[in-house]
Amino acid sequence: MNSVVFVKYVPDTETWIKVARDGKSMDPEGVKWVMNPYDEFGVEEALRLKEQFGGEVLVVSFGPPKIKEIVLQGMAMGADRGLMIIDDAAQQSDPWAVARALVAGIRDFDFDLIFCGQRGVDQDQGLLGPAVAQLLDIPQLLMVQKVEVAEDQKSLRVHRPVEGRVLVLESSLPAVVTTTKGLNEPRYATLQNILKAKKKPLDTASLSDLDLDAAEFGEEARKIKVEEMSLPPERPPITMVQGETPQEAAAELARLLHEEARAI
Amino acid sequence: MPQGVWAVTEIRDGEFRRISYEVVSEARRLADALGQELTVAVLGSGLEELAPLMGQYGADRVVVADDPRLEPYTTEAHVAVLTQLIQQADPAIVLLGASMQGKDLSARLAASLGVGLAPDCTSLAIEEGNLTAVRPIYAAKAYIKVSFAADQWPQMASTRPNQMAIADPDSGRQAEIVQASFDLDDGQIKTKLVEVLKDESDRPDLTEAEIIVSGGRGMQDPENFAVIEKLADLIDATVGASRAAVDAGWRPESDQVGQTGKVVSPNLYVACGISGAIQHLAGMGTSKIIVAINTDAEAPIFKAANYGILGDLFEVVPPLCEEVKKYRE
Repeated sequence: MNSVVFVKYVPDTETWIKVARDGKSMDPEGVKWVMNPYDEFGVEEALRLKEQFGGEVLVVSFGPPKIKEIVLQGMAMGADRGLMIIDDAAQQSDPWAVARALVAGIRDFDFDLIFCGQRGVDQDQGLLGPAVAQLLDIPQLLMVQKVEVAEDQKSLRVHRPVEGRVLVLESSLPAVVTTTKGLNEPRYATLQNILKAKKKPLDTASLSDLDLDAAEFGEEARKIKVEEMSLPPERPPITMVQGETPQEAAAELARLLHEEARAI
Repeated sequence: MPQGVWAVTEIRDGEFRRISYEVVSEARRLADALGQELTVAVLGSGLEELAPLMGQYGADRVVVADDPRLEPYTTEAHVAVLTQLIQQADPAIVLLGASMQGKDLSARLAASLGVGLAPDCTSLAIEEGNLTAVRPIYAAKAYIKVSFAADQWPQMASTRPNQMAIADPDSGRQAEIVQASFDLDDGQIKTKLVEVLKDESDRPDLTEAEIIVSGGRGMQDPENFAVIEKLADLIDATVGASRAAVDAGWRPESDQVGQTGKVVSPNLYVACGISGAIQHLAGMGTSKIIVAINTDAEAPIFKAANYGILGDLFEVVPPLCEEVKKYRE
């Protein structure tokens, strides 16, 4: 059971977002970068399948040189190998371009499953997994909370929550699985495993190493163009609802919600 | 030059889901702005009575793909059929809903057509004959306005649930009904729905709820959620939770609102005992009206809220239940 996990470098969810001078992108000043939280579930699930069936786990990322931190983190969690696709053209590449780089990166790896987070907590798109699945012409199972691989390792079952119900889906392998909260509790890398990770095989490739043309990546090649970025409109100042007693305050709140906000 | 707007619908248990009406209504507005026709695609099985309904919501034409292999939904079958229909029709714009099924379908359909997709948009417009979209990023800590690369058709977008107004149906309006012809090879279908586990709750999902009552660390105990569940029952709300409440094991992961949980946009969001960590504020920031009930005057939730009560939720929520009852009757 060989698994690939695609991991992305994103601003920590505690980050206050500011708009950069270009008016189109996030100001990176003071931002703490982490592995996309949804990708951690993918690493954990791949490790659990390896523990159950044997095989290898490969962690892959595409971006600037600092992606080394999250690839090493995946390896410190227990992945066997890492691949960093490092290229200046990664900057501003859209999900369809990123998918091409990642798919080219794993062309010599015989995988059964590919994991990635159900969305990046930065751009909130959820497009990478389907783009990868399309390029490879394999099934996609999105936003899953449970993964069960059959004993013969030829198929899998997943639980996919949709509005108000959970779908139990069966699929052939190989497949792309995108992961969401509730799938598992990702393990922490111990100090010993962090040291061990540094001795595991870690490859680096550029786009040209993968026979890809850098001109087909980056901002110029985007299918969706960002015109401007803005912060949410300020909310009107809060109305603090007063009352002599909680009962009075509750009565006034109910009145305001009914008469002013027309929300109940 | 590609012409016309397409809207793709979603069916559950033999009926259009609410998101379908939102998408079709918005697609009608875009078609009017362009001065072009609206085609609504309906895929499933046994659609004879259902499909014409979309005429009342603005469809000029309803393209019906009626085939037992299209119900229940599988990604492969729906993508295969829609790819063919869209390539044949060559529309300028294709709109879908960003529901759970719509996210699956729209992302794979865009990849299959080899075009871009603006996902989970909160508003759409036509500018100089082209689609532009506004969508939240960083869980609505920021927004971007996007356009589409030149000479790529169709321009595709999905719309976030609860954001697009549903048009009043016009019972006198009728659409032309067209039975679609397509090729579908059984070998293309690689996934299968084995079972549907139903949620016991009959409340709408958080992502589609019009009213949400959420509890956080201030709930103190899982049993205490009964207090806000009672309020939720009275105002037909769905119950949510902060990450603190989920991480404490008081509520299931599926209840979590926030940047690593569900991003919600109800008409009314009532936050009880939630301090308002940035990753929570991000997940509910597009709510229209926000109410905060908290004992801590410094809690950041008060900066995000429209209405606030500084007080103990256990003293405020029970009388609030009594008060809202009066307005609901």
